[in-house]
Amino acid sequence: MSLVLALALAAAPAAPDLGNTQLPDPHAEAQARALMGELRCVVCQGQSIADSDADMAADMRALVRQRIARGEDPSQIRDWLIERYGDYVSYDPPLSGATALLWATPILLLGIGAWIARSSFRKRR
Amino acid sequence: MKRWLIWAPLAVFGALFAVVAAGLMRPADTAVHSTLVDKPLPSFELEPMVPGKSGLASTDFGRGTPHLLNVFASWCIPCIAEAPQLMRLKARGIPIDAIAIHDKGPAVVAFLRRNGDPYDRIGDDSRSRVQLSLGSSGVPETFLIDGRGRIVRQYIGDIRADQVDQIVRDVAAAR
Amino acid sequence: MIAEGGLAALWFAATLAGLQLLLGVLALRHRHAAGEQAMAAIGPVAIVQGALVAIAMGALIAVFLATDLSVALVAENSHSAKPWIYKFAGAWGNHEGSMLLWVTILGAGGALVAWKERALDRPTHVATLAAQGAIALGFYGFLLFASNPFARLNPAPIEGQGLNPLLQDPGLAFHPPTLYAGYVGLSVAFSFAVGALVTGQVGPAFARAMRPWVLGAWVLLTIGITAGSYWAYYELGWGGWWFWDPVENASLMPWLAATALLHSVNVLAARDGLRAWTVMLAVVAFSMSMIGTFLVRSGILTSVHAFAVDPRRGAFILALLALYIGGALALFGARIGQVRAGRSFTFVSREGGLVVNNLLLSVILGIVLIGTLYPLIAAGFGVRLSVGPPFFHAAAGPIALVLVAVMAVGPMLRWRRDQAEAVLIRMLWPMVAAAGSFALVLTLSGGMGVLPLLGLSFGVGLIVASVLPMTQRNWRRTPLPIWGMVVAHAGIGVSLIGMACDSAFTAERLVALYPGQATIVGPWRVELNRIYPNVGPNWSALEARLTATRDGVGTVLRPQQRFFTDPPTTTSESAIATGWDGQLYTVLGQQDAATGRWQLRLWWKPFVTLIWFGGILVALGGALALVGRWWKAWQQRRREALWG
Repeated sequence: MSLVLALALAAAPAAPDLGNTQLPDPHAEAQARALMGELRCVVCQGQSIADSDADMAADMRALVRQRIARGEDPSQIRDWLIERYGDYVSYDPPLSGATALLWATPILLLGIGAWIARSSFRKRR
Repeated sequence: MKRWLIWAPLAVFGALFAVVAAGLMRPADTAVHSTLVDKPLPSFELEPMVPGKSGLASTDFGRGTPHLLNVFASWCIPCIAEAPQLMRLKARGIPIDAIAIHDKGPAVVAFLRRNGDPYDRIGDDSRSRVQLSLGSSGVPETFLIDGRGRIVRQYIGDIRADQVDQIVRDVAAAR
Repeated sequence: MIAEGGLAALWFAATLAGLQLLLGVLALRHRHAAGEQAMAAIGPVAIVQGALVAIAMGALIAVFLATDLSVALVAENSHSAKPWIYKFAGAWGNHEGSMLLWVTILGAGGALVAWKERALDRPTHVATLAAQGAIALGFYGFLLFASNPFARLNPAPIEGQGLNPLLQDPGLAFHPPTLYAGYVGLSVAFSFAVGALVTGQVGPAFARAMRPWVLGAWVLLTIGITAGSYWAYYELGWGGWWFWDPVENASLMPWLAATALLHSVNVLAARDGLRAWTVMLAVVAFSMSMIGTFLVRSGILTSVHAFAVDPRRGAFILALLALYIGGALALFGARIGQVRAGRSFTFVSREGGLVVNNLLLSVILGIVLIGTLYPLIAAGFGVRLSVGPPFFHAAAGPIALVLVAVMAVGPMLRWRRDQAEAVLIRMLWPMVAAAGSFALVLTLSGGMGVLPLLGLSFGVGLIVASVLPMTQRNWRRTPLPIWGMVVAHAGIGVSLIGMACDSAFTAERLVALYPGQATIVGPWRVELNRIYPNVGPNWSALEARLTATRDGVGTVLRPQQRFFTDPPTTTSESAIATGWDGQLYTVLGQQDAATGRWQLRLWWKPFVTLIWFGGILVALGGALALVGRWWKAWQQRRREALWG
């Protein structure tokens, strides 16, 4: 009995390299894919882990896929990484005191722009 | 058009200039620091990397004495450069444990034979899982774990000769 | 000797740039004999300056082609075993050389203004050349004192260190010169604006004189960005074509400003409106080019595309920026009050549409600028963060869609005033097309993201709207600039559809295979036949032979893992099969150590090529408009010559 089990274990394929292969469930893979595009590779500096050849990026992809496969929420995984690497690791800056101005930029600029443009319409006619 | 609006572009540029000039003055810090410093060591358990030396678990830390946790790899060139410093720290009675990243047993054995072996335990972190959980972003890096199992310091990059005395003081302070 | 000759030419060119500035100031200060002489001399000086800097660039290319390793720049960035095309293009595949290329094009632009520009009044022409000389002088100073490309090495090494393999691509021969020519074309618009501020001549004539330069620069920028995006797409090996990386943003910002300028200059030329705003945009467009150059060179922002960086050089360029941009903006503040306000108009009118276009483009420009610099701002307060695609998509995406709607409506509006209800009726077909494609795509693929779905339907609507003006016209009598507008607007629609399709319909397959095994991606069956070694002039490679089959028709693809020794680097060379409806993108990864299988990355990207095809259409539209303007100017001159 134990011999059969040992043989079965030996014949089982090695754990898939999740840094470079997809999850079988397309929905989970799509979730992982979206998250990987928003996480910064911590050794390559200028790339997301979805676009990097670095070993560390592959390890981070593996981590994301494993946790997604385990049923974790993408936001939980992001938070886990932010806890370790700071906001730096996420390309999606979380709304906070430090980023309030950044996220307000579009509305501020639109407001200022509309206010300036108004003056070119109203005069005469 | 209002008078002051004419000068607004110059003011905006002035602000932009200040930001960029300040960015230029600041010494560029491209290292990615772990935000787990001053937090408890995350729990983990790693298989042994080399025969005859035990693996590494988070429960090995926080038993009253401060430890250094060295993140290294046999394929990493700066790790060779820092090896003598680790040997000196070891000689001064500081316990050093390690996790080896993306590595193979025989390669690590050869590395230790060539560069000296300062380690009490070496965990096999083949897919950087523990490295990621520590907030470490490369090899070599060294963490100082205090006697209560908290991360108190992170040394990024290879440890230089002039850092050894400071590290000894840090370890003494972490007791 | 060649290197010293190049250096000497550079010094002479710098001296002449100084002289150009001096003559300009003299000519504008003294209206009498001395002024007349200075005015007559400034043109020839600008032309000789352009010739001298071209000689310097030629000398640098010559030492690169000869692999003269006693020149430090060659030793650090070239290698004798490199194919000649990369020796040639390698002359600007580094910091110093690319700066020299930059001033070479600047010098050529100045010479062209001196030689060909006849539409400007004389004082403004002289002031423009003086401004051009001032810009050139600063960058010559930067080259000569902080980035000498001709510095010698003693002793000379026996072999060079080689060129970054990522740059060893035909893209290098094409992309930087085009982009720089675009930047520098904007420098002419900048100098025009400065010249006009000095003389106070801002009006339709000024706009008509500036328009061809803006158009030309904009066409080149469009080509440069399109080419750069495609280059990054196939070279970086992950199927991405835009990363919102600081360097990419640095090229996008001048384009956005130039696009706004292109439209406002038309309002100024046709209706004498938006005077101050057009001058402002001309200043901003080139300022963005310089800020872009600065961001790339200073190393204060991290990027995948950057050259080696040096903060001291950054400080030098930053000082130049402060001088030029600050100076121009101060001049704007001091002088714009003297420029009369232009004509006004109602909101629902062609002018109104163009104002909204300018407003939205400027807002997007502001978002890109602030998003790019925000990590730097935050770092000043001790906060480290990253700003990437999620921010740019969320912040700029909706505004860009509104802009697309304005683009669709704009050409259908009448000048001065129009009726909102009448406009809605004219826009019936585009709206039907957009709504139809929205409904169709929604039913066919339910799980599509909101932004791609809207992008796709807006793109379809825009294409329909773009060709709408042609339905009411006699095609033979339609002026070329109108054709240009139609083609360019439709090009944006085409590009938008490509982007939406890529983000919504791409099929991805990441697998590890043994030779002989096959996998499926999209409509393709891809078999890994075998892996074998291959060698090139300065690399060796592992190459995979893949047979991709679709509907019984096979294609062979050969992606590589390429190993360069000088400098030691591994690159993935993707292999791409292009069909009418998309691209199959294949990359060979590493061999899995445990199993011996080979990693393959495969993507089926439906209609992805539309992104760059749209870009080419946009550039073509600009070129048509440019040719049309030239043609008209030439005809007019001939008529004047005939009738005296």
